[in-house]
Amino acid sequence: MKGMKIVVCVKQIPDPATPGSLDTSTHALKRDGKLILDDSDAYGVEMALQLAASAGGGEVSIVSMAPNGEMSGMRTALAMGAVRGVLVSDPALAGSDALTTAKVLAGAVQKIGMPDLVIAATESTDGYTGTVPEQLAEVLGLPSVTFAKKVKIEGAAVKIERQTESGYDEVECPLPVLVSVTAGVVEPRYPSFKGIMDAKKKEIVTVTAADLGVSPVGWSGAGQKVSSVTQAEARKAGQVIEDDGEAHAKIVAFLENLKVI
Amino acid sequence: MAVNNIWVFAQGANGAATTFTLELLTKARSLASNVSAFVAGDGASLAGELGKFGATKVYSTGDLGGRLVGVAASAAMKALIDGGDKPDLILFPQNYDGRDTLARLSVKLNSTVLTNNIDISVNGDEVVATTPIFGGNVLFATAFTGAGPHLASFRPKSFAAEPSNGAAAQVVAVAVPDTGVTGAAKVTAVHVEESTGPKLDEANIVVSGGRGLGESKNYGLVEELAKLLHGAPGASRAIVDAGWVPYSYQVGQTGKVVKPSVYIAAGISGATQHMVGMKGSKNIIAINKDKEAPIFAVADLGIVGDVHKVLPKLIEALKARG
Repeated sequence: MKGMKIVVCVKQIPDPATPGSLDTSTHALKRDGKLILDDSDAYGVEMALQLAASAGGGEVSIVSMAPNGEMSGMRTALAMGAVRGVLVSDPALAGSDALTTAKVLAGAVQKIGMPDLVIAATESTDGYTGTVPEQLAEVLGLPSVTFAKKVKIEGAAVKIERQTESGYDEVECPLPVLVSVTAGVVEPRYPSFKGIMDAKKKEIVTVTAADLGVSPVGWSGAGQKVSSVTQAEARKAGQVIEDDGEAHAKIVAFLENLKVI
Repeated sequence: MAVNNIWVFAQGANGAATTFTLELLTKARSLASNVSAFVAGDGASLAGELGKFGATKVYSTGDLGGRLVGVAASAAMKALIDGGDKPDLILFPQNYDGRDTLARLSVKLNSTVLTNNIDISVNGDEVVATTPIFGGNVLFATAFTGAGPHLASFRPKSFAAEPSNGAAAQVVAVAVPDTGVTGAAKVTAVHVEESTGPKLDEANIVVSGGRGLGESKNYGLVEELAKLLHGAPGASRAIVDAGWVPYSYQVGQTGKVVKPSVYIAAGISGATQHMVGMKGSKNIIAINKDKEAPIFAVADLGIVGDVHKVLPKLIEALKARG
């Protein structure tokens, strides 16, 4: 399908390599440092670029939501090859629940114009509520195929291998459709130097939740409130030994002691 | 709004209710006197078992004719609720179809969702769900605000399944309304990946491998050790993403939650994502060459060493025992 329009939802998150922390007053995840493109979303961006290319040309746009105007993660997706982005940024968005996020992203997708395909990750690495893609499909009135591990466009339909508890299902759906892709579905490309330079010139339109007509948002729109935050009972570390060539015997003794061998 | 009426999103596999379903039913009946099961499929064949674990009613959609569960089940639930049959709380399993249904329904009801929970409590009008964060080091409890039905999903093995020995649940057939264009996706073929030995989430011993194995062919060591111990092989997300083993092997936040008697982590550093799926194991043995690896903080026996040396010797020693 030539000229296919694809929108990928991307999340910008704190680097997962640094330990997460909670804001002491709101108990929200702190997201005040530099944000990066969620690894989970790099798969979606790559999938979109490959599908557009194999369709003989198409256009990949990205949408994102962040309370603080952050764009660095979006630039990474643009450097990979997406052509434009819409960022919904609004201090009022802090504390939004997954449902509000889906409504906001739906507004951003509609701002670009209803695409043939919407792609999202199955869940984010930092918050992992794991419902936004399917909620977004429902808000947009689209069919959806979640947990896709293989995606192919045939004519005006997608053919997907969808992960199940016991294996996978083959699923077909006419476009337009929302697809959530599992990690590892494709190998994300590294942005080239040219891609990184070009990305700086690509357009990111910034809008507020109010611009999109989504209200209420943030803490007041969330149908939930923090009740308590407590330390879990920590698991105690046991014995740690350096392997001197005989460590396997310790494991055998440990298993014997438990009477499992 | 007190909680009197709870629905459980119930699932069957191979003609029986899943253990996950029975866990949720057990929890539900500790919270409310009126517990119903909702089955997106043939609920009648599960009515006996669902009743035995506390459901007095089972809503059954019958065969979905290739439609995906999320769209069909959420539409059927919404129709029941609009018709006045309204639960105060719906419990979902944190798995593929559970998540899809929960998400679609939340938009239809304009209701928030609380996911990844390991516990839920009801205190008068307040319903509080608890999820572990930061690798399970912190318990985050969240209360629903606003009117029900409240929607929550749970990780497997959050509750122990115990029968109440109730009578078979009364079967209520429910129609799936026309889902229009949102129901356009169709399942055209079903593939079951056969595996031998015990199932990963039911095995008494689990041996998992990670990036520290170096390359995919070394995963054979993990499989061999698991087989010798009559256990199941598992994997970290890193090597599943790398394509060494299928997703069904993955232990962790986005994979399976396991609680075996013995968990052996070979070449796994212990990312939060992984720890969430195995910290509940009774005994943990970790082998990793980096002595700073976080996995050692939860291990009962930690071996700082090279998996390529330790595993072959361990396999040899176990074989020698016969």
